[in-house]
Amino acid sequence: MSSEIALQAVDLVKHFPTGSKGLLGRADKNVRAVDGVSFTLRKGKTLGIVGESGCGKSTLARVVTRLIEPTSGNVLLDGVDITKTSGKDLRRLRRQMQMIFQDPVSSLNPRHSVGQIIAMPLRVQGLLDEADSIERVKELMQLVGLNPEHFNRYPHEFSGGQRQRIGIGRSLALNPTVIIADEPVSALDVSVQAQILNLLERLQTGLGLSMIFIAHDLSVVRHIADDVAVMYLGKIVEIGPAEDVYSRPAHPYTKALLSAVPIHDPSERGGTGRIRLVGDVPSPIDPPSGCRFRTRCWKATDLCGAIEPPLQADASGRIVACHFPEETPLTIGKSPE
Amino acid sequence: MTENSVPVLSVQNLRVSFDTQDGTVHAVDGVSFDAYAGETICIVGESGSGKSVMASSIMRLNNSSTATTEGRILVKGLDVLSASEEEVRGIRGSEVAMIFQDPMSALNPYFTVGKQIAEAYVVHHPGASKHEIHDVVLAMMIKVGIPSPEKRIDEYPHQFSGGMRQRIVIAIALINNPKILIADEPTTALDVTVQAQILDLMMSLQKEFGMTIILITHDLGVVAEVAQDVIVMYAGHIVEQSHVDALFHAPTHPYSWGLLGSVASYGDNKRGGLVTISGSPPSLISLAVGCSFHPRCAHSKGEGSVCMTVSPSLRSVGSDGSRSACHLADDVLVSVGRGGFRS
Repeated sequence: MSSEIALQAVDLVKHFPTGSKGLLGRADKNVRAVDGVSFTLRKGKTLGIVGESGCGKSTLARVVTRLIEPTSGNVLLDGVDITKTSGKDLRRLRRQMQMIFQDPVSSLNPRHSVGQIIAMPLRVQGLLDEADSIERVKELMQLVGLNPEHFNRYPHEFSGGQRQRIGIGRSLALNPTVIIADEPVSALDVSVQAQILNLLERLQTGLGLSMIFIAHDLSVVRHIADDVAVMYLGKIVEIGPAEDVYSRPAHPYTKALLSAVPIHDPSERGGTGRIRLVGDVPSPIDPPSGCRFRTRCWKATDLCGAIEPPLQADASGRIVACHFPEETPLTIGKSPE
Repeated sequence: MTENSVPVLSVQNLRVSFDTQDGTVHAVDGVSFDAYAGETICIVGESGSGKSVMASSIMRLNNSSTATTEGRILVKGLDVLSASEEEVRGIRGSEVAMIFQDPMSALNPYFTVGKQIAEAYVVHHPGASKHEIHDVVLAMMIKVGIPSPEKRIDEYPHQFSGGMRQRIVIAIALINNPKILIADEPTTALDVTVQAQILDLMMSLQKEFGMTIILITHDLGVVAEVAQDVIVMYAGHIVEQSHVDALFHAPTHPYSWGLLGSVASYGDNKRGGLVTISGSPPSLISLAVGCSFHPRCAHSKGEGSVCMTVSPSLRSVGSDGSRSACHLADDVLVSVGRGGFRS
């Protein structure tokens, strides 16, 4: 990864104590939501983070933005460690990094007009100049494809897709360099999803944004991401250029995940080589020893239970956390073109 | 699907409307289709297209105090909509069964899963002995792939994962060997690896029981996986009914094109604009005059044209046996051609 780095996460950990308390009132068990995650986000690029529910991807987003405090680890934004800053410095850093949330209903205050919502980051940052702010709000609304005349309206007067545009407008108010989008299209109908994805792509190119795009929908991530990280039970199991990860996945979990994605053309039905995982994701309170995927992996040996495979480059240069990375490229579910 | 055989389910000119404070919502507006033994029909559409309301009408589950239902739904010669409550109860479960999106709310948290499966069996087998019930339930749990069923039969829903809960719901639905299974977004709440397991299970059980599956989904990937026939719904209408291959390769309605084009497909590695449908799904209270899709349609002929004045009816189009509710289907089919939505 030669290009410049916008954001870097180093060994991020977030453990949540569970409700049950042991002796002396200490929580005896932790939910290990994020358990040692490192990645880099290249400037002007999109890093997709995929994984199933409970893999820790949303917690990761909140730790990276410091909406919740990491248990340990560092986040470097343009070389500055945001986990070590506080007060005014942190607030200034946050101008550079903004979030887009999944649910466009609960992430917008129903009692505020769209104008107020989009101007709120400016107000919080003390950058509000009444006369200018209306102009800025209208400019942002135009940018995200809303009618600027509607700045006095309230969220309920907008459709789901338009509400997500409001959230995107708000995230751009401070001219951030990094956008973290947590499932930004999964609450939307598919025809509206496409509009929002196109908008995000256009904005990214136009404004030179670096973006972390979190989603469970692998097709959506493939469409938008330059790099992809696959998470399983609080860890990244594979990371690399999207093209590589999708066409020749190295980790068995990645391969299984991709082969579970429904085909997009009925003529591919009945393809051979589909992998069906058995069972469910284990509890993050008590993850399996060694490799966390070994309980569902068809390649697991004693080694996998004894030693946790580190995330490192394999013989062919793919970055994967597996003792026995996959060699054969994925042959099912691919476009016939 | 053979033309001369008798359909197991026949929906004829179904209309369902709800009176609300804001006006009358026409959730389903004149829908007709037939389903034959052993086939899988997928009903696709975005939220608010009326697909779930239509499905619950087949079981007559709509609240009769707020919903007005017209038309006929024939199951085994019985019109579900005009039948007595007792007659309807006779077909629920034994002829037509339904599974829902959220397996947690479909199950009662206070009863063991064994008891809940047994309950569905006993309704249609009142004289069954305890022993028989236990055996039937256990056999069903094995069929739907619950590991160590002898132990898990006495466990409660919260002790099961999402995928296992959906298996229990399927077991309840199939315990009386129904002819028709209606599945309303059965995998939407599940992760993709578990979704694949559940779809596989449904397809293998379909073979074993020979039932008709009516699967409601918004996910075109699921459609591509399992459907034979596909019904595309928009604003309470069927806008296209096609064989699955025809739908994906030569859709006959502009809405189907848009829907297929807006999916970020897995094989699509070329970054670049997805095809979009402008605007958003309409309010079902004040639908556009003429074709209800025209305000969002790129092919609409504009002011005063047939698109804006006449509501199109579903008719045969092209050579694939597709039916389309688009005035321009033939013209557009020629101008966009096969696979045009992929460009």
